[in-house]
Amino acid sequence: MQYHAPTSIDDALRLLAAKDGNCQILAGGTDLLVRLHSETGDDPESILDIKRIDELRAITPEAGGWRIGAAVSGAEMGEHAGLVADWPGVVEAMNLIGSTQIQGRATLAGNLCNASPAADSVPAMVAAGAMARIAGPEGARDIPVAEVPTAPGRTSLGKAEFITSIHLPARPEGGGDAYLRFIPRSEMDIAVVGCGVALTLDEAGICNAARVSLGAVGPVVMLVEAGAEALIGTAVDDAALDALASVCSDAASPIDDKRGTVAFRTHVAGVLARRAASIARTRAGGAS
Amino acid sequence: MALDSKTGTAPRDFKIIGTRPARPDGIDKVTGRARFGADMSAPGMLVGRVLRSPHAHARIKSIDSSAAEALSGVHAVVTRADFPTPEADVADILDNCMAGEKALYDGHAVAAVAAASAAVARQALKLIKVEYEPLPHVIDVDAAMASGAPALHEGRANETVPKGHSPNVMARHAFGHGDIDAGLAQADRVLERSYRTEATHQGYIEPHACLASMGADGQADLWCCTQGHYMVRNTCAAILGITQGQLRVTASEIGGGFGGKTTVFLEPVALMLAKKTGRPVKMVMSRAEVLRATGPTASSSVDIRLGMTSEGRITAGFAELRYQGGAYPGAPVDMGAMSAFAPYDLENVRTIGWDVVTNRPKAAAYRAPGAPMAAFAVESAIDELARDLGLDPLEVRLKNAAREGTRASYGPTYPAIGLEATLRTARDHPHWSAPLGPNQGRGVACGFWFNFGGDTCVSLNITPDGTVNLSEGNPDIGGSRASMSMMAAEELGIPYDKVRTVIADTGSLGQNEVTDGSRVTFAVGLATIEAARAAKREMCKRAAQVWGIDEEAVIWEDGAARPSGPNAGEHPPMTLAEIAAIASNTGGPIAGHHEVNAEGAGVSFATHMVDTEVDPDTGAVTILRYTVFQDAGKAVHPSYVEGQFQGGSVQGIGWALNEEYIYDDDGILQNAGFLDYRIPVASDLPMIDTVILEIPNPGHPYGVRGVGETSIVPPLAAIANAVSASIGTRMNDLPMSPPKVLAAIQAR
Repeated sequence: MQYHAPTSIDDALRLLAAKDGNCQILAGGTDLLVRLHSETGDDPESILDIKRIDELRAITPEAGGWRIGAAVSGAEMGEHAGLVADWPGVVEAMNLIGSTQIQGRATLAGNLCNASPAADSVPAMVAAGAMARIAGPEGARDIPVAEVPTAPGRTSLGKAEFITSIHLPARPEGGGDAYLRFIPRSEMDIAVVGCGVALTLDEAGICNAARVSLGAVGPVVMLVEAGAEALIGTAVDDAALDALASVCSDAASPIDDKRGTVAFRTHVAGVLARRAASIARTRAGGAS
Repeated sequence: MALDSKTGTAPRDFKIIGTRPARPDGIDKVTGRARFGADMSAPGMLVGRVLRSPHAHARIKSIDSSAAEALSGVHAVVTRADFPTPEADVADILDNCMAGEKALYDGHAVAAVAAASAAVARQALKLIKVEYEPLPHVIDVDAAMASGAPALHEGRANETVPKGHSPNVMARHAFGHGDIDAGLAQADRVLERSYRTEATHQGYIEPHACLASMGADGQADLWCCTQGHYMVRNTCAAILGITQGQLRVTASEIGGGFGGKTTVFLEPVALMLAKKTGRPVKMVMSRAEVLRATGPTASSSVDIRLGMTSEGRITAGFAELRYQGGAYPGAPVDMGAMSAFAPYDLENVRTIGWDVVTNRPKAAAYRAPGAPMAAFAVESAIDELARDLGLDPLEVRLKNAAREGTRASYGPTYPAIGLEATLRTARDHPHWSAPLGPNQGRGVACGFWFNFGGDTCVSLNITPDGTVNLSEGNPDIGGSRASMSMMAAEELGIPYDKVRTVIADTGSLGQNEVTDGSRVTFAVGLATIEAARAAKREMCKRAAQVWGIDEEAVIWEDGAARPSGPNAGEHPPMTLAEIAAIASNTGGPIAGHHEVNAEGAGVSFATHMVDTEVDPDTGAVTILRYTVFQDAGKAVHPSYVEGQFQGGSVQGIGWALNEEYIYDDDGILQNAGFLDYRIPVASDLPMIDTVILEIPNPGHPYGVRGVGETSIVPPLAAIANAVSASIGTRMNDLPMSPPKVLAAIQAR
């Protein structure tokens, strides 16, 4: 197995393009290293560590929002006051992953590229309208985060491409976001259901924009259009929250597995949507 | 010289017993200097790895290891064919370590390789070709007992099993006295209920690991993580066909065992690889291997019939318990059947236990093996009946509590016991009367464990500078080196830090039973005290020699020999250090030792109280408050007694709420990792409060009772009773995972 640690995106792309076999990108390694330790499956032929690329280690302001490098850890996000103030739901979602030790390593882009339907940060990013910047032989391109995972463990990225950063847009006036997940324990667990909500309230406290996403209730994280419709034009009151819970339960198409049943996940998708929307409403300055 | 009576338990003033000194192994463990199973290496060492069955049940038609053996860096492959035909008493143990004709569960070892590196070993495993004939399998205990169930073994049922049962039924156990039907006829209300619990793993943090070597002369050494290196020696010697004296086993530090390290898994295989290669071989399990192939406890299915008068007197108790213990006989259902009603004074009581095999890993002991599931059923039934009759469930337990002179449901008559004391203390504790909020409930339950003594051997040596080395043969899981040092220091009248206790290898002491049965503080402590007394007798003799007086005229007091009696004369006391300094001139080195099959362990009881809150929208249970009331006899080191109370409670919380083995339709384990096999994490738990009661055990010089196991017996029922009170409907199936609790709420 070969290990490479390039110091620029261009070097990384050149190395990636030169590899015929299985080459894996290493950022925090909190998923990749676990796979390397597993007794089944084949090891990659090479590993490309992107942590030595300086621009991938920074959180920088851009277009009123924030660009988060692909090698920025969850702990660094949690300590960034500006990011936490603008997108508390995204940061909370990222910080729910694993333990304190894992938080020192795990990255937002890595959580996205692992392409687990239960990834905690992804529903929050989808709700926030985040964009992923992808470097490749043809240059950089930006795509919505929701378009990165295509199936469990699979992404839309080409063989010679990798994600260099995630961009969170400017937080709108009257905006607020939240992410909640259900786990059987209180931490150190994986989402049985996850739900992200981002919404904006006008001066009268009426919701004029919303995005609602669900994780772990389908093969990929889903944006629930009907969830947005249930909230827009309301004061995000009990009736709206009931409607939201109902459409989110309807939208969920989970499976029975070791982490939960169809009936449980379907019901809890609605419960979490209601609770997450309520938090987002408060953060947007609405009635708590 | 005057000594305490061996069985004397009169109150006495202890100087060291009951204090809380730092444990001698603590610094090493927090700095990483302590050596655990995987921390030992040897020159020329090879890496051993195991190939495991991907089938729940399959005949092994052939194994072709030629390609693996041809791989560069591979030194040997072993299969069952390399082992001699075992004697009957180790046949199942060997078959579990290395499958013979059939693979009996997902993860069952079928071959092993020794190679120059882990990478080569892993590659070699992929090159071993095993031809399997998959067979129908059975996972569930009730399904395994049904007629026509896939049979794991034929003709292995013992004589207690009536004709006509499934060949998976291995044994039937029955206990009790009185007349159940007559007792039920006297009841104002009779409850019949069925209960189920899932298999749970001990969840020790350290995976199994060992390092084996064997010389050309047949002398072998083994370093391993175990609860009993004498057991490992005896078992491995029998499996390999060598004498016990040829094999020296050294126990590493141990990162938890809870009963799961009271048998062997890797050790005979590592020794066989070492024998075949002539090189040291190290083997370390992954967490997935631990969960797939080492001992969980049994899952259970239990039926209860219970009769109660309107005043709360239990008129009859009947339990039929069915435990599956994995692929070989020996589910701990006998212990379940004996302990089920042990806390109660009943005229009419009967229990029947069925030992059943399934295509799962062989159950190993787990902290009070067999008792928690039985207590879950009985204590749930008592609670439901008490609440139905409008009675206080704690008062009902007090009304029926066993006490000194009670004939236990499993036969013996109790001496002084502490159950009533735990119940009264619980009733008077502020926890019992604290207010509860919405969606909150409180539960109580009692628990019992037998405790054990057994073969024990210690040696206490006095160094020339007057310090003390104590050698004992039981791996220290719960702070026992500290406790032994304290008991030796107490008896000798010297400071705690003048005693160092080590766990000796099997070449250094005689036979010692495994660290199990909550036996160590009791039995090894008893032997330590006796060894110290032997050393004191010798030191008094040396002082008498120096003073030119009779030995009988010398007593030991406050760490020194002193003249005593009318004719002793005036002599300044001689301290232990002073006597040690001149030992060479007074007859040679001074030591004390004691060998015993310790009896009189003293049974143990506890009452647990717990408050829960249930999220009505998700079924998630939060443990709000938890208090343990348990009799310790005499707490040698109260912090470690409290730790045992807390640890058992926490394991019980995991068992009650989330831990379970999840199999797919093919009998393949789906959650072989700590992500999806959910033991509680720290943030799931409140601080577990403890109340230590001390009702002295007449069988120990200081009154000590074992405390390690009883604490896992009550939590399953206590939490089920609390959750049932929180949601207003009974939870009779464990674990009470959120989907199950939510479904119960919705069906209410």
